[in-house]
Amino acid sequence: MNNLTVEASELTRLYGGREAVSNVSFTVKQGEVLGFLGPNGAGKSTTMKMLTGNLAPSAGSVKICGIDMIENPKEAKALIGYLPEMRPLYKEFTVDEYLTIAARLHRVSGKHIKKAVENAKERCGLMHMSKRLIENLSNGYQQRVGIAQAIIHNPMVVILDEPTVGLDPIQIRDIRALIREIGGVHSVILSTHILPEVEMVCDHVQIIDKGKLVFNGGIDVLKRQRIGNKLLIGFNNAPTIEELLKIKGVTEAEVTDNNMMRVRFAENTMPHEAIVKAAVKNSWGLYQIAPDQTSLEDVFVQLTYHDAAAETTAEAA
Amino acid sequence: MILNIVRKELKSVFASPMGWIILALLMFAFGTYYLNGVNDYFEVMSGAIRPAERYGVTQFVGQNVYGLASFIMLFAVPLLSMRLISEERRSQTLPFLFSAPLSLTEIVLGKFIGLVAFLSILIVYIALMLFTLNIWTDMDFGYILANSFGLFLLVASFAALGLYFSSLTSQPVVAAILSFIALFALMILDRFFAGDPSNTMAKLSLMRHFQSFAGGLIDTADIAYFVLFIITFLTLTIRRLDADRLRG
Repeated sequence: MNNLTVEASELTRLYGGREAVSNVSFTVKQGEVLGFLGPNGAGKSTTMKMLTGNLAPSAGSVKICGIDMIENPKEAKALIGYLPEMRPLYKEFTVDEYLTIAARLHRVSGKHIKKAVENAKERCGLMHMSKRLIENLSNGYQQRVGIAQAIIHNPMVVILDEPTVGLDPIQIRDIRALIREIGGVHSVILSTHILPEVEMVCDHVQIIDKGKLVFNGGIDVLKRQRIGNKLLIGFNNAPTIEELLKIKGVTEAEVTDNNMMRVRFAENTMPHEAIVKAAVKNSWGLYQIAPDQTSLEDVFVQLTYHDAAAETTAEAA
Repeated sequence: MILNIVRKELKSVFASPMGWIILALLMFAFGTYYLNGVNDYFEVMSGAIRPAERYGVTQFVGQNVYGLASFIMLFAVPLLSMRLISEERRSQTLPFLFSAPLSLTEIVLGKFIGLVAFLSILIVYIALMLFTLNIWTDMDFGYILANSFGLFLLVASFAALGLYFSSLTSQPVVAAILSFIALFALMILDRFFAGDPSNTMAKLSLMRHFQSFAGGLIDTADIAYFVLFIITFLTLTIRRLDADRLRG
């Protein structure tokens, strides 16, 4: 069985000659959560609009569970739940009314509608808001209604454009759990600006910049890149760089801005103990030793602002 | 699936006071005209008019009420049709419909039928009101039915045009004004060409095609005109929405 749920190939979208998205290809497997990252205006939302059939691609194709979005839009759309950046809520309806309409339009059969609505409300924490007008709900609750609308027909692919915007921390946690839960059975594509969120919920990450895919790989690749083989060491009585390089396994050393030393060591070596021993022996006054983590932000900035560097990392991935 | 859109549209008309107020006001207006018509009938007919020129109460009252209805719908339909698509554009709810498993044709037809169904409430109401004349006179049902059918086609044409103008803009008020102007122009087109009734332009006038229904005559040529008119504007609307998807 072919368990690819989304296949996007060579998607390109032109806006008056300017390429908003150019030549983006990727696939999502069943049971996978794909995170879409990128600076403002990078083409995240445009890509999502093309995936959901809201926008026709200038070139390329989208297949949802093997069904072509352009040739069979109705069948393909039936498999998708989509929450756009701007929540498409009819504010004159109550939560129940709105979700019932959403269920009906997404071909939920008549006798299951009530159950589907209850289920979606429960998953999004909306049980006590059933009879309220959407207009009168707070921003966060409106966002929950938006998510409920996207999952009501239990779609194969859920596409969420910045789903956690405007939610309180507890709700963010719940929604992340929900995304993981959906991702266990079906597929989720989500875009976000919050990097730790990507690390928490996604299996797969894509970074898009200026319409081009600059990184496409597993979250572990990104994590490895983040942690790396680096140590951050603080000495009161700093040794010279040469002295450090003498220790077995150390390949590189440098002084950082705040008078610490950053040491890079070779793969499969553990120079930590040797460094500590040397520090004690030579009384370098060691007061701190810790793995040096590049923050995800740094990786992100590195990928999106240094094109040349980014391309090599993408290839490495 | 079309039915689901129709239900949604009807629900949204009645979710706000707008729908109820328009229904109430129009029914009040039609009721008043009906009463006046009945009152005036005896005064007019027993007075100066020679017996040979007298005509039935159905026609007398019907003319009154249907004349007013076709005129008032000119204002009422743009007010109701303006929000159909432009409101969705403004509040960015169109992706909700576009990403549901629906074709554009279904969306547009659903919205159109929803509005026409709402307006049909008024048409049925007028017909029922006039049928009450039957309690104390022998009335001409055919005349009322022809008029109702004509009014239905007229109103459906208004709705199709209003729907198209609503798809052009994201400002409901602009849509209302534009469709009102366009409808008004189409209504009075035959006045401009009154001196030359065979002129092609005059034949485009909506009012001219309604005239035969108003006289109690169901003419297939007029039916064809209205049906073509509706199909044209619905097709234009679908094309306009499709352009959204293509051009973004």
